[in-house]
Amino acid sequence: MQTKTTKAFYLIPYYVWIVLFVVAPIALIAYYSFFDLSGNFTLDNYLNFFTSVYLKLTLSSFWYAFLITFFTLLIAYPTAYLLTKTRHKQLWLLLIIIPSWINLLLKTYAFIGIFGLYGPVNAFLNVFGFGETQILFTDFSFVFVAVYIFIPFMILPIFNSLDKLNPSLIDASRDLGASSWTTFSKVILPLTINGVKAGIQAVFIPSLSLFMITRLIAGNKVITLGTAIEQQFLVTQNWGMGSTIAVFLIIFMVIIMIITGQRDKGATSNGKNK
Amino acid sequence: MEKTSKSAKFYLALVFIVLYTPILYLIFYSFNSGGSMNSFESFTWEHYAAVFSDTRLIMILINTVIVALLSALIATIIGVFGSIGIVFMRNKSLRRSILSLNNVLIVSPDVVIGASFLILFTAIGVKLGFASVLISHIAFSIPIVVLMVLPKLQEMNSTLIDAAADLGATKRDILTRVIIPFIKPGIFAGFFMALTYSLDDFAVTFFVTGNGFSTLSVEIYSMARTGITLTINALSGIVFIVTLLLVVGYYFVSQRGKNPVGMGVRK
Repeated sequence: MQTKTTKAFYLIPYYVWIVLFVVAPIALIAYYSFFDLSGNFTLDNYLNFFTSVYLKLTLSSFWYAFLITFFTLLIAYPTAYLLTKTRHKQLWLLLIIIPSWINLLLKTYAFIGIFGLYGPVNAFLNVFGFGETQILFTDFSFVFVAVYIFIPFMILPIFNSLDKLNPSLIDASRDLGASSWTTFSKVILPLTINGVKAGIQAVFIPSLSLFMITRLIAGNKVITLGTAIEQQFLVTQNWGMGSTIAVFLIIFMVIIMIITGQRDKGATSNGKNK
Repeated sequence: MEKTSKSAKFYLALVFIVLYTPILYLIFYSFNSGGSMNSFESFTWEHYAAVFSDTRLIMILINTVIVALLSALIATIIGVFGSIGIVFMRNKSLRRSILSLNNVLIVSPDVVIGASFLILFTAIGVKLGFASVLISHIAFSIPIVVLMVLPKLQEMNSTLIDAAADLGATKRDILTRVIIPFIKPGIFAGFFMALTYSLDDFAVTFFVTGNGFSTLSVEIYSMARTGITLTINALSGIVFIVTLLLVVGYYFVSQRGKNPVGMGVRK
């Protein structure tokens, strides 16, 4: 009996956290989305959201997030796979993670210099006769920097799921005559799909909210939903409209979570059966 | 065989080069006596001297580290017990809903977290500053810890616990002598991920920081918006060295801790 109470006691902070920092903030956002600047109850924020300005914003925001996620995955999966093959894989993984420890803002700041008009990339292009190109403040620079920032967060979950993969399954597939591609698409990828999904979750949604990179690298040319929320909360001080955009972001988030959700039963039984 | 491993090495090398170039670029120009990141004039320590003579900047650096260590530590403790609670939960639908709630903050956009925490702190009257930043960092680190620890717990064979119980271990013994040692790699991973997230966070902090308190990210953001200052480069040099020392330390600690347990995982 005494052990039961201690067990419950251990769990209290976790449950308090859920109520206070998961449930309450969402409820507050939803509540505030129904108020205008002067504190009157209104549905105008929602009507506003469906004007062409905000719809365009939403679409472009999703397009950028898709591009960023796609390129991150394209680079991260092979990297994670090859990392699991190296001899000191934990050390190499650590080396991949080190850049993610360097402050996000510092890395973004570096690209202001690198992509700048007199920076090394332009010097390089000059050598090949391309002439000076405006790289900073373009869509390209925005996507590139975002991919750069997110790569470690995609590699880590994929590496973890690849590392958990029983190597004898790959040997078995090879012994049974499967080609490298078949082995990859029928054995490796399905068994590591949860890592991929976790990676996509970790990249796609934050991509919608990268207001800092848009400000510093994309020169306010790219406006994401995140930029809009920051604008409404901290500049215009219109918490109601900001909350409304946030409500839609949360809805999108739930949809994405459902799509990339890990089906508990299938996933765990796969793991257990090994 | 030979061929694939060569192209594999080339690919990995390329990824590493791209990952490290911006950081090394920053550090390289931190020694530039010229005022820009475009042409290197001559070697100088003046930007480092500027960092160390700027007490405000040093305070911000210390604040950042304190918030990161403290929030990661508290989040790890809460998260580990939370995940143990989740794993031993009998009611499956309850467990699933708790897990979904756990993941909300991970998939939530930073801006939404920041905005909603701002509303929350204003509503319950927490003064914006150190407290609000620390609480926010703990809050968004907990689910990361849970996600790092949970797979280790699920990997654990439940017969291990049954065996321990059969041999007369108390619940406390099972926790400290069976479960915790087994999930130690997950706990370490969770702690360091939380540290990473805290050091790296900008958006949430930006919302809840108020006027008096600042972390490195927020400070660099306002510095970078005004243009290129090589003080930021010097700062990044310092941050990089400290990070490297931390990582090397972490590596040796985790290697040492691994041997007795890690042997069990035959690879």
